[in-house]
Parts: sequence; structure tokens; C-alpha cells
Amino acid sequence: MIPVLLILIPLLAGIIGFMAKNQSKNIAWLASIASLAVMLYAICIPTCACNFNFQKEWLPGIGSSFHLGLDGLGKILCLLTAFAFPIIFLATSERTYKNEGNFFALMLLAQAGLMGVFLALDGLVFYFFWELALIPVYFLCSSWGGEKRIAATFKFFIYTFLGSLLMLVALIYLSNKTPGASFELQDFYRLQLSGKEQYWLFGLMFAAFAIKMPIFPFHTWQPDVYDQAPTATTMVLSAIMVKMGLFGVIRWLIPVFPNAATYAANAIIVFAIIGILYASLIAIKQDNIKKLVAYSSIAHIGLMCAVLFTGNSMGHEGVVMQMFNHGINILGLWIVVDIIERKTGIKNMSALGGLAKTAPSLAILFVIIALANIALPLTNAFVGEFLMFNALYQYNLWAAVFAGIAIILAAVYTLGMIQKVFYGKSKEATAGFTDITINEKVALVIIVLFILVMGVFSGPLLQIANNNFAGIN
Amino acid sequence: MSNLLAYIPLFPLLGFLINGLLRNRLSKTMTSIIGCGAILISFILSIMVYMEMKTGQTTVVTLFDFIHVGNLHIPFAFQTDALSAIFLLIITGVGFLIHVYSTAYMKEEEAPHFARYFAYLNLFVFAMLLLVMGANYVIMFIGWEGVGLCSYLLIGYWFQNQDYNNAAKKAFIMNRIGDLAFLVALFWLFNKTGTLTFSSLFDAKMHLLDKLTAADITGITLLLFVGATGKSAQIPLYTWLPDAMAGPTPVSALIHAATMVTAGIYMIVRSNLLYSMAPVTMQIIAFIGLATAILAASIALKQNDIKKVLAYSTVSQLGFMFLALGTGAYTAAVFHVMTHAFFKALLFLGSGSVIHAMGGEQDITKMGGLSKKMKVTYITFFIGCLAIAGIPPLSGFFSKDAILLSAFMQNKILFGLALFAALLTAYYMFRLLFLTFFGTFRGTKHQEEHLHESPVAMTVPLIILSILAIIGGFAGIPEVFVKEANHIASFLSPVVIDKVHEPISHSTEYALMAISTLLVIGVIIFAWFKNKNFKATENSGLGKVLENKWYVDELYDQSIVKPLGATGSFFSNTIERLGLDGAVNGVGKIIQSASRQFRLLQNGQVGFYILLMVLGLIFCVMMGIYKFVL
Repeated sequence: MIPVLLILIPLLAGIIGFMAKNQSKNIAWLASIASLAVMLYAICIPTCACNFNFQKEWLPGIGSSFHLGLDGLGKILCLLTAFAFPIIFLATSERTYKNEGNFFALMLLAQAGLMGVFLALDGLVFYFFWELALIPVYFLCSSWGGEKRIAATFKFFIYTFLGSLLMLVALIYLSNKTPGASFELQDFYRLQLSGKEQYWLFGLMFAAFAIKMPIFPFHTWQPDVYDQAPTATTMVLSAIMVKMGLFGVIRWLIPVFPNAATYAANAIIVFAIIGILYASLIAIKQDNIKKLVAYSSIAHIGLMCAVLFTGNSMGHEGVVMQMFNHGINILGLWIVVDIIERKTGIKNMSALGGLAKTAPSLAILFVIIALANIALPLTNAFVGEFLMFNALYQYNLWAAVFAGIAIILAAVYTLGMIQKVFYGKSKEATAGFTDITINEKVALVIIVLFILVMGVFSGPLLQIANNNFAGIN
Repeated sequence: MSNLLAYIPLFPLLGFLINGLLRNRLSKTMTSIIGCGAILISFILSIMVYMEMKTGQTTVVTLFDFIHVGNLHIPFAFQTDALSAIFLLIITGVGFLIHVYSTAYMKEEEAPHFARYFAYLNLFVFAMLLLVMGANYVIMFIGWEGVGLCSYLLIGYWFQNQDYNNAAKKAFIMNRIGDLAFLVALFWLFNKTGTLTFSSLFDAKMHLLDKLTAADITGITLLLFVGATGKSAQIPLYTWLPDAMAGPTPVSALIHAATMVTAGIYMIVRSNLLYSMAPVTMQIIAFIGLATAILAASIALKQNDIKKVLAYSTVSQLGFMFLALGTGAYTAAVFHVMTHAFFKALLFLGSGSVIHAMGGEQDITKMGGLSKKMKVTYITFFIGCLAIAGIPPLSGFFSKDAILLSAFMQNKILFGLALFAALLTAYYMFRLLFLTFFGTFRGTKHQEEHLHESPVAMTVPLIILSILAIIGGFAGIPEVFVKEANHIASFLSPVVIDKVHEPISHSTEYALMAISTLLVIGVIIFAWFKNKNFKATENSGLGKVLENKWYVDELYDQSIVKPLGATGSFFSNTIERLGLDGAVNGVGKIIQSASRQFRLLQNGQVGFYILLMVLGLIFCVMMGIYKFVL
């Protein structure tokens, strides 16, 4: 029942939210807390497939059943989703939106879609939720975004929709190849595809995932969308949605097309590493803090993508940890960026400065989150990065070295960001800056505690992550 | 005793948390008591660990699994042996004195910032303790990056000054370059031997090092050394250390002289078994160390900022330590770490006392004649200068002699160049002393009236450190003077195996000592005549090059920083905007214009639709026939 609850709670709450205009915010709160409670319960009870598996007839005519399941990988990402939404609502509670009812309803629908993606064990269900997650985000961006939102969201939508269609083609082809013409994930795993088929299908599906992550050179939609979307939506996008691409690679790509994955590994890793350095160098040159965070995220995701194709099991565990921790950390970054933008109306760092003087609590919390962003030891990102770089090293010394240069560049742009925004003397725009409200503080403190506790104790997260339906290699 | 181990880093951590979290509530007195008290407790515990340590004993305490994935098992574990014990005593002992000194030096700060300062300082000690107590390379690395972080935070302590922030950022980034090499070395080592735990790696019975080929060993040791050049400010990654003087002076004493910058030496001594198997790396280390010693000393000759002179002196002295490592004299390197911690902390704190009295002035051309107003500072600073110059029987003499001797046994040219660096050291240190404390005062009237001796909290640490700077050398009396009196060598012998050289005769050894001592005295006298009457002169030729630090910063700026920035701009403005985004938008435009054409088909005339339908049907039928026929 748990997988169904995880989808149903936000879905129903979202539908109710459309109708209950004024109460929508409270409903969103309740639903997100309820999802988190269910998720925490799911983690605490001992592993037993019976609780975590759900299968009902859906579209028997085309061989698709409504099959959901929650394994280690799913738990990590569902936990991230369930954790992120209440934090987002808490941290952005100062924001007001026109048509508030619709805003929160769409946010909840996005949550339902995301949960569904991480739970789906049937190709068509996966596709269904993949789109269900995308569409609310599209409306959120285009209705509540910044001035240039229309152009940015249009590009985003067309780009990702194109990817999804390619994936749909591949899924239908796969289903036709299975003996019972089913969309069952396990049937896909058992398929014996010819080399040529593998390469084509791999390419189609990888395109969808690569756009979603996004990795170089498919990333150009991202900085604009992050910049223009309402920050609450940007948080959903960057903390959770980009993980859909990585998740897709782990669950739906590499195990289905193992030979093609090995064949393409070299090229993908090279592209990913170029992308890491490319994005890091661009991040150094950004003055817009939102774009800086966006490019930083592209670099981080690129590293995870590269490691997935090394076929190294320790590296995979590192990626799974990092998917979670990157979500937490970037959430923290966005919360701070949102606070600053809301209070000053400015997102260009050259016009900011001196906030450490006027808002010391915000400064301290932000510095810790920023340090996690550069994977300092004893922050949550370190163990994951250690495992990932180890995997890259095993794959190829130079892959580790070149990707490792990003460690240095990350320090350059992250410390530069701290310096420009928080240090120095107050400027015109920041002179009257006040420290954070209690809601913002609670949200940030929770994130910082996560960062520090998981930085010291990596065991629990790794424990949740093990026990998967399909290990890769 | 093993149960005490984990408490040594615990107290500084608690001090950090209390001072950090309660910074708005604690009075400065409370903050001082907590900050200093935490380090004092660690110091007492360290003494207890040292006292109860039996020869050759290694104690390991495992707390929990830090990483346990597949065959990668990294426990969060501490270990102490002779090597760690010496570093523990230096870190907590000198650290405590500097904490006490800070209570007076920083007293002008507002209470929350005062607490922030002590919180950072305690966090630094915690990280440094992790570094020297870690039982494997990963815990060492945690401390390694942790001290880098604290260094960053403390250099940029006065965060409203963007120059200081730039210095802090530079320090962190240059260290990260080294850290990357360190990390790659760890992966290399782990993937060949399967462990990163010292007790397994260096256990002769487990033969893990035998799994490494000569190329592996050279690669790993070189990468680790690159890591060390970052942290310990050696060529090519030394330029952050002089800039790091932007931090408060006690920070320079603790982090940028006595402890953190010696981390690279600790790491290499910890890995001495590995390094002894890598002759090529050893030669490179000796060369880099010597080159750094001479380069930094030459720059120090022409600096006028009291702290900059000491900073370059530190870089130069660290170069000496690396020279010792490169010649296989690990014990001598550790010995010099210890004596250097005493006299350089003393000199830095002394300079802090001077800066305090001068109201923040750091330019020695504006000082002079301070000896009359600041007796304690003057005498202790003088002792520090004698010690660093290597005048017997002060501590610097013994440790520097051990290094010079090792260099002599390795190679006579090394010895000659090292002696040259030592003479430069004597010159710039006594130039500093004479310009600061001798002659007539050259500052403003206001400064002159304000001149005063520093408070007791500052002078007592100076006195204690000067005593240590005098007697510290007796821990390592060479064989030639007294048999078996080299305590530090015998204490370290279970952990550290020095390279064995051809022995040289006692008379040669005496002669070397006599030559170096006489030359140093000669240089001091020369420095006196050269600097007793200060004249402001414009530097030209080599002097100008030295004053501008051989233009290394400018070189790095032009060859690395600017090109990287330009690449970033090119990516951002050209490739990203015109190339990739242009391509994406271009595709979009083509589709849009195509759809504009296709849209014309939807013209709303039923007849046209029927025509198309018929054409379509015909096409399908044709296709069917085509398929059927074939």
C-alpha cells in the first residue's frame, strides 16, 4: 500500500487544492507532511517486498499493468521528494502568489508525478508519471515565473517533451519485443536484443534522460528556466526533477541495454567530463547568482552521469548517495538565493555584498551549505564524491584528474559567491537587509543538520540504498 | 590510556560548538575561558598520552565506520604513536599559548566576533588533531581539508575587507590544487593495496607495499608531495602563504607558522616507508625544498612588512624541512618542525606585540628604536632571531645543523646551497630586528606617544616560547657531542626509519658546525653595519625583483588565472549563447517556419482536404502493392 499512498496523497490533495482555492496552501502543507510521514514509516519498517509492491490491472489490452514498487534506490529518491516539499513550502512561506490555489495544487501534482516516476515498475506507468511530473512544472513556470518566462519555459517544454517522445517510441518498441507484449520492467530486463537494436533504443532513451539531467550539450534550457521559474519550482526542478534523468539511467537504461551502455561509456564519460569543466568555467564567470547555481548543478550532475557509465558498483553507491545529498544541498542554496532575491530584488552578485554583517545567521548557514556544495569532508557530499572519484580513477586515471579539476573550480566559484554576496561592505541594496525569519531559519537549520550528520555518518543512507530490484553489474 | 585518545580532539570541538553557537550570549571573559580551557585540557591529555607511551607502541581507537562500501572500509579511527605524540604536544602546547595571547590581542573586537574568532581557532585545533591522529589517510585528509577551511575562515576573519577575502580565497584554492593530487594518490594507493590504514599498509608482515611497482611508488609519492606543496607552501604552490598574513597575527603564528603548514612534513614522515622506496621522488623533494628555501629567503631580504618577512621566512624554513625529508633525514625534519614551532611562533607573536603597540602599523621602515619602550618583546624577539639564525646553543642551531649535516652527507653542493640559504636567513632576520628595535623611531608623533609594552597575557606566552626556543634544541643533541642524547631520534625510531649515510668523521662534523656558526655570526655583523642607520632607498635591479617577489604572482595571474577566466567568458558568451543555444533555437526556428508553411495546408476548404485524402489513399494503396509485389 505504501507506494500507492505516496502517489495518492499528493494527487488527491492536488485535485482538492484546485477546488479549495483559499485552503490550498494548508492542504499542501498537510499533504506534504503526510507523504513525509508515510515515507519515514516505509524506511523504518524492516525490508519486506510485500509492503512495497503493488500491481493492478490497468491497460491489459496493450500489456501494461499498474505496477509500483519501492526498493532501495526508490526509497532514497522518494525520501528526497517527500523531504523536499515541506521544506520548500516552509522556506518560501513568505512568498505570496496570485491564484494561490492553483499554484499549490500544481506543486502537489508535480510531487505525485515525481513519486510515480521513482516507483514505477512498468514502462507505460513510468512514461505516464514522467509526463505528469513535467506538465505541472510547465504551468508553474509559465504562469508564475519572471519576465522572460515564456521563452524559457517554451524551450524547456519542447526540449524535454521531445525527449519524452523519443523515450515513448523506445518503450513501445521494447514492449513489442517482449514475449507477452508487456511493459513490465522485469520483462525488459530479460530481453535479448540484437546489437543494432540496443544501440538505437539506447540512443532514444538516453536522449530523454540526458535532456532531463541535463548533461552537456543538452543543458541550455536549464539556466534560463532556473532563472525565470518561481523559486519554489526551481527548487523542485533542481533538487528532484533532474534526478529523474539519473534515475532513468540506473533503472531503465543500463540494465536493459548493458552492451550498448558499455559501448557508449567512453563517449558519454568524455562528454560528461567536458561538460563538468565547461559548466564550472562558465559558473566562475556568472554574475547572476541563480545562473551560477544552475551551472554548478550541471557540473555536479555531469559527474554523477559519468560515474554511472563506469560500471563501478562502489561508484554507483556514491551516485545514489550523491543524488540525495545534492538534492539537499541545492535546496539549501536556493532557499538562501530566494531570501536574498525577495528582500533586495537583486540577483546580480556585483550589486550585493556585506550581508554577513547585517544577517549573520543567514551567512553562517549559507557558508555551511556552500561548503557542502564543494564536498568538504564531514559534509554530506564528501563520501559520495570520494566514491565517485574512486570509480572514475578505476575507470581511467585521466578521467579522475580532469573531472577532479572541477573540485578546484568549484572552490573558485563557490567561495567567490560567498565573498561577493556576504563579505565586504554593505551596498545600497543591502544596507537595510535584515536577518532571516524563524520559518526560513528552521528550514535552513534542518538542511544544515542533514549536511553535518550525514557528513559524519554515511552508513544509514547507504543502508537505505541497498536492496535493489536490479543491481547494475 | 587508549580511552583518553578520543577526548583530545573532543574538547576543541566542544569549545568550537559552545563559542560558535552561543556567540551572542557569552561575555568575552567566558569565551576566553572556554576557548583556552578546551585547548588546555587537550594539552594535559596529550601530556598524559605522551608520558604513558611505551617505546614503539601504537594505540588505535576506532569510533565507527566512516565509509563502508564494498571492499572500501574506512573506519573513523584515531591512532597515536611517537610521531603523533610529538605533533600533539606541539599543537596543543603552542596552540594553548597562542590562545592565551589572543585573549589580549583580540580584545578590541565586539563580543560576538571575539567568540567567532575563538570558535574558528578551536575548530582549527580540532581539525589539526584529526590530521595528526587519523589512523588512515582518509581521516588525515579530513583534517587536511579541515585546517584549510579554518585557515580560510581566519585569514578572512575581518570579512569587510575584500583584500583579506581575496587572500583567504587564494589560500583555499591553492590548497585545493594540492588536495586534488592528494586524493588521486589515495585512490592509486587504495586500488593497488586495498587499504588506506597506516597500521596495515606499513606493517612489514602484511607485505602490502610489495604490491606496488616502482612506477606506482614514484607516482603515489609524487602526488602526495604535490599535496604537501600546497599545504606546506612550497614551490610552485607557496604564494598563498605571504598573502595569508591578512589574518590576525596570532593566527599567523598558530596556523601559518607552527602547525598547519607543517602538515605536509607530517604526512611525508608518516609515509616514510613509502618515500624511502622512491629515490626519484626524494631527489625532487630535496631539490624543491632547497629551491624554496633560497627563493623565499631572497624575497625576505627586501620586504618591509614585518609579517611578510616572517611569512617568507616560514616558507624558507619549510623548504629546509623538505630538504631534510629529501635527504632521508625524517627525524631532523620533525626536529626542525618542533624548534621552528617554538621560535617562529615566538617571532610572530612578537611581531603581533609590535603591531599592537604601533596601532596596526606593519611597515618596519616606520619603526625603529622600539627596544626602549618594549623590553620583553625586544628581548624575546632577539632570542627568536638568534634561534632561527642558528646560534649555538639555541634550538635552531641543533635542528638546522642536523639538516645541514644530512645534506652534506648526501651531496656537498646541497650543503653549500643550504648553508647559503641559512646565511640569507640570518641576514633578513637581523635586518628585521635592527630596523624594528634599534636606531631611532621613524613613525608618527602619535604612534610614539602610544608606544607601550603589551599586557601580561601577551608577554607571558612570549617568555615561555623564548625559553622553549632556547632549550628546545636539547631534545636532539647530536651524537658527536654526547652519546645517545638524541632523545627525539630514539623516541621516533620505532616509527621513522632515516636513510643511513656513510658516516663522516667527528672532526669534519665539528668543522662544519664551526664554519656555519662563524659565517652566521659574520652575516649578523654585516647586517648590523648595513642596517644600523636606516636610509629609505629606492630598490633597483635585483633588489626591485626581490621586492616584487620575483613577479611570481604576476606570472601566475597572466599564465593561469587570466586564461582560465577568458576561457570561461568565451564559453559563456560565445559557445553557450551563440553556439549551443543558437543551435537549439535555430532548430526551433526551422520547425516554426516549416509549420508556418504546413499551416497553409489547413486552409478550411473541404474540397482541398478531400483532394489530399484521395492522394493519401492512392499513396497507401501504392505502398501496399509495392510491399505485396516484393
